[in-house]
Amino acid sequence: MPVKTGTRTSRRAAAEHAPVVAAAAVPHRATSVGAAVIEFRGVEKRYDVGAVGLDQATFSIGRGEWAFLVGSTGSGKSTIMRLLIKELEPTAGTIHVAGRDLAEITRKRVPYYRRNIGVVFQDFKLLPNRTVHDNVAYALQVTGGTRKEIRAKVPDILRLTGLSTKLHNYPDQLSGGEQQRVAIARAFVNHPPLLLADEPTGNLDPETSIGIMQLLYRINRAGTTVLIATHDNAMVDKMRRRVIELSQGRIVRDEATGSYVRDESTREFAVRMRDGLPESPPTVEQR
Amino acid sequence: MKLGFFTREASRALRRNAAPSFAALATVLLTMLVVGVFIPIVQATTGAANDVRKRVLVDVYLVRDATQSDITRVRQQLLDTANVKRVEFVSKQDAYQQQRKKDPEAFALLGSNPLPDTFRVTPENPDDVLKIAAALAPEAAGGGHTPIDSSIDEVRTRRDDTSKILQVTRFVKLMAGTLALLLIAASIFLIANTIRLSLFARRREVEVMKLVGATDWFIRWPFVIEGIIVGALGTLLAILLLAVGKVAIIDPLASDFALISAPETMPFTVLIAVMLAAGIAISAIGSAVSLRRFLRV
Repeated sequence: MPVKTGTRTSRRAAAEHAPVVAAAAVPHRATSVGAAVIEFRGVEKRYDVGAVGLDQATFSIGRGEWAFLVGSTGSGKSTIMRLLIKELEPTAGTIHVAGRDLAEITRKRVPYYRRNIGVVFQDFKLLPNRTVHDNVAYALQVTGGTRKEIRAKVPDILRLTGLSTKLHNYPDQLSGGEQQRVAIARAFVNHPPLLLADEPTGNLDPETSIGIMQLLYRINRAGTTVLIATHDNAMVDKMRRRVIELSQGRIVRDEATGSYVRDESTREFAVRMRDGLPESPPTVEQR
Repeated sequence: MKLGFFTREASRALRRNAAPSFAALATVLLTMLVVGVFIPIVQATTGAANDVRKRVLVDVYLVRDATQSDITRVRQQLLDTANVKRVEFVSKQDAYQQQRKKDPEAFALLGSNPLPDTFRVTPENPDDVLKIAAALAPEAAGGGHTPIDSSIDEVRTRRDDTSKILQVTRFVKLMAGTLALLLIAASIFLIANTIRLSLFARRREVEVMKLVGATDWFIRWPFVIEGIIVGALGTLLAILLLAVGKVAIIDPLASDFALISAPETMPFTVLIAVMLAAGIAISAIGSAVSLRRFLRV
């Protein structure tokens, strides 16, 4: 399958015809670093057991962009996510985030780097011993946030995510969708320029998933770059956003799907997303 | 460092993880209790063994007709012998008095004093006792022993008793030392293991904290403080139990049994201080070290 890079098709032309090996050394791609929030150049990740996590991945995602990573299990979606939060080190190639080379960040500085990235996972990864409020507040406490700051920011973000009434509940008292909203609130409370979501709707039903996507869309519209790994193809098709498809660690497709609706209100977005969803009673609407 | 925040985090963790916290507390309590009982026992045993070893002496019996000048000469000779620490003279009259007190009837029958003047020679080191005896009465050609001075009648070490005492006490001291070392090692491993278990249950929590961008020490401090609290609480409880035991059992018995009131046991206050320091240090350091594994995310 030919490799396409969406808007940058011409630049990738050389790499398209040459075998993948050559893609690592395409010097003129450096020009796009300025505007890009995420920049992968010939990134390769091989696990110790010999499995290939990622093979010559080259792509960049601009500021404020919304992009999907799709592919079956083991295709390398999560590897990209884990490389981005520097949980893993690439075997080869370079990764820039907001113009910064991740290889130059020392182990000690990794926590400070991570504070600029919001992360959302399929299994929510909330702290079970803390209330909704404290889970979100922890992200602020980590950065040395004062009580005053916490009192100002946490209720705000919880209102945005529709959790105002669940402030003092513990995660195990919430539904999956609500837990994911807490996770998103926590990821976004510092207003990071980049939000990563690894299968954010993997454990949720379609209706709840749309709610989550709506929330992420709202965050995206506020200017945050959003990168979502998912295998929910129906969702991706409906969103009509940029899609990077992976297969066995290689990028096999990178394109903006169909008509890209840029200025769409959150409500219009939700209406379009629900369109064609199996008829569900209106009472399902939560909160 | 935000001590208040970390302390609140630690107490929250203790409350929310009551069962593992209690297990850790119980472990510290038990090990400290055993250590607290064992340290004085080891000390008393070693003290008693040393006491026994001090009683190892060389008896130098003088001939019956030894004069005052003979006594002075022999005393000087004994003092000049290598490894000798102290020389004590027991005149025949003194010896007679002592023995008669022990067994008045037998000595009443005896009538006269059969006992010779004696020197009790205390060696520098109990292990040297046989060397001293050999120096004072070198082996003669015929197989017997010839004393170095004509007024010395006999040199006795109670050889069999001596070597037995030396062997046994050496063994006792060695055993006590080994047991103490093993016990301390076991305590450290037991406490470390308990901490590791309770941390293992919370490794996901640590992972999440790292993902949100918490620095290693930001995560570690609450755990260290938790360790300090558990260690201090466990040790204090152990000390309390020990104090009760001491007042109720040991103190009333101490007047009756020499071993228990052995002079060389540690004072109770020092014991408490050592235990408290050890309990807190082991728990706190154990928490910090055990956490290292889970911080590698």
